[in-house]
Parts: sequence; C-alpha cells; structure tokens
Amino acid sequence: MTKTLTAIAVLALTTGAAAAQERIAIVGSSTVFPFSTTVAEHFGKATDFQTPVVESTGSGGGLKLFCAGVGSDTPDITNASRRIKASEVALCAENGVTEITEVKIGYDGIVLANSVEAQRFELSLRDIFLALAANVPDGNGGTMPNPYTTWSEVNPDLPAINIEVMGPPPTSGTRDAFAELAMEGGCKTFDWIADLKKKDKSAYKALCHTVREDGAYIEAGENDNLIVQKLATNPDALGVFGYSFLEENSDVVQGSIVNGVTPEFEAIASGDYPVSRSLFFYVKNAHVGEVPGIAEFVAEFTSEDTWGEFGYLAEKGLIPMSEDEMAQFAEDAANLTPLSLD
Amino acid sequence: MTKLFTSAEAHLKARHRSEWRFRWLGRLAILFSLGFLAIMLVSITLLGKGALSRAEIALTVDLTEASTLEDVNAKKTLRNALFATFPEVTSRGEKRALLKLLSPDSGYELARQIEANPALLGQSPTLWFTASDDIDQYTKGAVDITQPENRRQLKDTTLGWVQALESRGALRSVFNTAFFTSGDSREPELAGIFSALVGSILSLTVCFALSFPLGIMAALYLEEFSKKSRWSDFIEVNINNLAAVPSIVFGLLGMAVFLNTFGLPRSSPLVGGMVLALMTLPTIIIASRAALRSVPPSIREAALGMGATGVQTTFHHVLPLALPGMLTGAIVGMARALGETAPLIMIGMVAFIVDVPNGFTDAATSLPVQIFLWADSPERGFLEKTSAAILVLLGLLIVMNLVAIVLRKKFERRF
Repeated sequence: MTKTLTAIAVLALTTGAAAAQERIAIVGSSTVFPFSTTVAEHFGKATDFQTPVVESTGSGGGLKLFCAGVGSDTPDITNASRRIKASEVALCAENGVTEITEVKIGYDGIVLANSVEAQRFELSLRDIFLALAANVPDGNGGTMPNPYTTWSEVNPDLPAINIEVMGPPPTSGTRDAFAELAMEGGCKTFDWIADLKKKDKSAYKALCHTVREDGAYIEAGENDNLIVQKLATNPDALGVFGYSFLEENSDVVQGSIVNGVTPEFEAIASGDYPVSRSLFFYVKNAHVGEVPGIAEFVAEFTSEDTWGEFGYLAEKGLIPMSEDEMAQFAEDAANLTPLSLD
Repeated sequence: MTKLFTSAEAHLKARHRSEWRFRWLGRLAILFSLGFLAIMLVSITLLGKGALSRAEIALTVDLTEASTLEDVNAKKTLRNALFATFPEVTSRGEKRALLKLLSPDSGYELARQIEANPALLGQSPTLWFTASDDIDQYTKGAVDITQPENRRQLKDTTLGWVQALESRGALRSVFNTAFFTSGDSREPELAGIFSALVGSILSLTVCFALSFPLGIMAALYLEEFSKKSRWSDFIEVNINNLAAVPSIVFGLLGMAVFLNTFGLPRSSPLVGGMVLALMTLPTIIIASRAALRSVPPSIREAALGMGATGVQTTFHHVLPLALPGMLTGAIVGMARALGETAPLIMIGMVAFIVDVPNGFTDAATSLPVQIFLWADSPERGFLEKTSAAILVLLGLLIVMNLVAIVLRKKFERRF
C-alpha cells in the first residue's frame, strides 16, 4: 500500500511539472461559453497548441478570478456578457493585472418567445415593463404594486391570457441584461420616471429593474433548454432566453416582436432589435508570451472565418459586429492595446 | 372449547387481516419505487439510444493530383466533391448550405483516412464522412418534416439533397464509436464521453488512494486503540457531522486550501480527487468502524491470550476479518463521489475539455459535469448525448456496486 501511494505521489508530481502552463485557461460568462468553447475546439484541432480549457463561471465570477493576480494559477482570458466595470479594473490593478486587452466579439439578442402553437406576441418595451415590474405607475405620478394579471389589461391589443413568463434567476447575466435593456427601456418611456433618473438614481433603478414576485414571472433556472421544453407544452406562457436557443429550436418556439422588430439575425446585427447586448473577452497581457498560444488564440477568435458574418460562430448564434467595428477590435486585439475606461 | 378460545378466534381474524394489509402495503411501496426506476431507465434509454449511431455521407473525392498527404487540401477536396455530387447547385447561398451537410471535422477525417491508407492517393475513391447534426437528427427521425419549413432547422433544399443521397445509398447510419473514444466537442455529432470518463477515473483513483488508507487508520485507532474519553467522543461527533456536510462546502475548502494555499493546478483530477477524498473520508471511517465492531471480541481475546501485542492482534486477526466490510463502505463512498458535481465547480473542473487528460495534474472534467454541460447546450443533438452519458454513469455505478457485493461475498466470514 505504501509503495503504491509513493508511486502515485511521485507520478503526480512529475506529471505536474510537465503539464504546468501548457494550456490557455479561460473562465467567464455562461453566455459566451458556447462561442468560446467552439473557438477553443477549432484552435486545438487546427494548431499544435493544446486545446484551451474553458470554464463557465459567470461574468462576475470570471472577472474575479481573472483579476486575482498574474501567474500560472490565474486564468489568461475571461469572457463577459457585459463590459468590465471600473471597480473590476481597479481590483485588477490592485493585484498587479495592469494591462488588459478588451475584445468585443459581437452581439447577443435576448428574446421573449412562446410556443409556435400559439399566436405570436407583438410587444412594446413598455408592455414588457408593465407586465413584469414589481411596481408600476398608478397614473397619478406615484407607483402601485403591479395589478395586472392578463396581457390584455396591460395593452388591449394583446390576448386576454394570464401573464406567465419563464426566465432566468437574478444570478444570471441574461437576467441582468433583460432588466437593463427590456424592463428599463420600457420603464423610461414614462417621462416622470426618466426625470427620476437624474434626481434619485437608486430609486429609479429599484423601480425599473425589480421584477414582480407574485408568480407571473417564474424563475426557471439557468437551463434555457428547460424553458424551451416548458414553452412547448404550455402555449400560454412566454420565455426569456438568448437568441441562440431560439435559432436552434425554431420548430418549437417563436420570438415575440418587440417594438415592431422581429428577433432575427439581421435585425439584431443592425441594432434595430432593442433587447441586445455586447459580448466581450478580456486578455491578460502579462500572460501573452508566457503561456504558449494566447496570441494565436486571439488571432483565431478575431478572424473573419470565426466571428464574421459567415463565420462558424454565426452558426452558433453569435450576432456579428459591423465591418468597421470588427476591423477596429481585430486590430486592437492583434496589438494588445491595453484597455482604458473613460 | 372454552369461552376463552372463542374470544381469541374472533381477534385472530382481525389480526391476520391487519398483517395481510401490512404485507400488501409493503409490496405496493416496493412496486411503486420499482415502477419509478423503470420509467426513469426506459425513458433515458429511449432518449439515449440515438447517441449510439451516427449518420455518414458517402462522397467520391478526387485525389488523382496528390502524391503525398501534404498535397491534399482536405477542406477544398471535400468542397469540390460536394459540388460535383450536386452540380445543379450554383448560387453562393445554396453552396454554403450544401457545405453544411458535412460535419466541420470532415476535413480531418479525410486526412486520417488517407494516412491510414496511403494507397488512396492518386485515386478517386468513395469514402464515408460524418454528417452534420441536423442530418444526423433527420436520419434518427427526430425531425418532423410534415411541419412547415420555417418551423424546422432542416430547410427544404437541404432536405432535398439528403433525400437524393438517401435514394442513391450514399447515406448510412453506423455505430458511433467516437462517442466512447473522443472528448467533448461543441458539435453534437463529434462529442464523446471518453475524456470525462478518464477524468472521473483519475479523480476516483486519487480519492481512493487518499481516503481508504486514511479512513482505515482513523477507524482502527478510534475503535481498537483509543481510550474512551471526552476527546474521543468529541472526535466521533465531529466525524458523524462531517458525513452530513453538503458537498459544496468541501469544494470551497478545497479551493481555499489546495488551490490558493498549496498552489496545486486548477481543474486537475489531483485536486478533484483530494476534495472528493475529504468528502468520502467520514463515510469510510463510519463504515470501517462498524465493520471492526462486527468482529467478535473472542477473536481479540484469543489473540491477546496467546501473547500477541495489540498491534499484532489488530493487524493479524481483526483487520483481515473487517476488511470486506471496510471495502464495501469505501466503494459505496466512491460511488457517491463519482456522482458529485458541486464540489468540482469551485475547483474548476466544470469546464469544456476536449483533450483526454494524460495525468493527474492535467485539466480534466468528470462524468456528471459532462452531463450537466451537455444538458445546457442549445443544439438539439446534445439531448441524446446527455441521456447516453447518464447511462454510462449509471453503468459505472452498477459495476462499482457489483464489485462491492462480490468482494463482500468472497471474503465475508460469518460467526
């Protein structure tokens, strides 16, 4: 027994020395995860470098790991479904991660979808806000707890069925983006609320971002496949998830029209569809050259065949940027231009 | 007959009835749980059986110009082969759609086939290539072609090509060996379970190597050598409590101690196994102590009576008798560790890993993590992979439990 144990310990130590820092370590957003893993797989097959390891930790969790310091035990790249915050840049700098390259990879649309068996919804951002906010304007300059139970109460043009929306829990980046883009977008169409933003920002945020908790909004967990399956069996319900799931399941669910725009590839790419966000990854410049393959991986990610209009990421549901933007970010990425937030 | 007996007879019937009722309630309860198990297994098997086959397309590739493997531009050769198969396709958009009949890996497949059989060079052979996941789903009947075109992934033009290939005999379904021999992939038709399986086995090896000897030592000392005192009671209570601690807590501990303090490599089966060992240690100690307690005291007394020391008594007589029970406990603990994902999240083993890990410190994932990652992927083809991976995990669990039973039966001694 002792002999085998020593053998295992020796083996572990020797392989440890050999395997140290051979692979690129990537962490971050679960939304960017499918894209990042696809590039990692292509990169591993097309080059002699080892396939990078990609972890899905969420945008915030990824940046926390990323900013923990420089060295072999910290990740080289982190994915984010939102831009890095000033506080995170400060945390990074505190731990010696001073030079970060920001690469925007494209856009992701957030859709409200229902079963193809049912009628397609035509919503405005204001409808979404009124249907899903915890508190809504009472018409006299104040707010009241959300009284609406059916869509037709929100807007007489909508069907008279109960409001039932399945979406991600508050820990999800998709939920953050949904609150920020869809809910807030509808919220500030009320003039007095838009004024409130200047006077009391936290009250404004609380009003616009708080989702009702009386059962109309159902937290369906992080698994978007589950939401799609539930929508298929319940034609009265709507679901909130990323565009890539809509595209893969177009035989089961259809995207609702928001502010007159159908969630389609072109509409999201052109920015016409109102509920879309940018996706990023961040590179630790200090690791480039230390860990083999980072520069090549970034080059692979930012090539036309990858993130372009006809690239393989578009097939996975990534909405590409405009040509100019793409050229700009590809250049910054190639030169490792350090990020500066202004 | 006296009165005394008649009164008992009336009661007897009621007592028999209640016994009969109780038996049937028990049988119903067992039937009920077996029914659930059967429903679960049948539905998973039905969903998962699709993962065992894979669609392939036959193409005649033109290698007449090439004399070495380096001369072959695999992707271009395949492109031309597809265009030659469907000469009627001319528009750029349709050509793009046509290229999507094949899996993105088919270029490497061509290179591999040439490597395996260099005689193909200079010929124009007809070879089989993996089809894309949409085609694969179609051959498995998962695409409802009666639905209107805009409601399905497989468009009418593509469907036309696939049916043309089918009528020509250029579409076949083969056993999907890649599922058992390759690592994860973002393409459902290429994704395999092997890297996760190896990761699980490596983690469990570390887990067993650490927790089994440590667990047995702790149990032996506590049961055979330590004197009952306030301290030993305190330790006992703590071990029992540790067995009930949620596994994610061990993950957090592992991250803080093994990764941050010791600087061991993240995502490695070494750290995974160490965290799982922490988790299984209390289970093994408790099972081992129970096994030691079941060894009759007469054995110890006889050994001591013959002049053996405490250590001799324990290692020559008590331990061999208790070992089968200890092993069973250890294997049950291992089986629990095999199904854990929560502690692995914290130490970075919930990750996309393509390469098969080739050591204890290489990045790896594990079977339950692979199931979780596939269940979360948007592509429809991953549904069957998820179920098939669950079956593999269940199979491994059954094997481990069988080993436990066999070991027990083989070495068990009754008194």
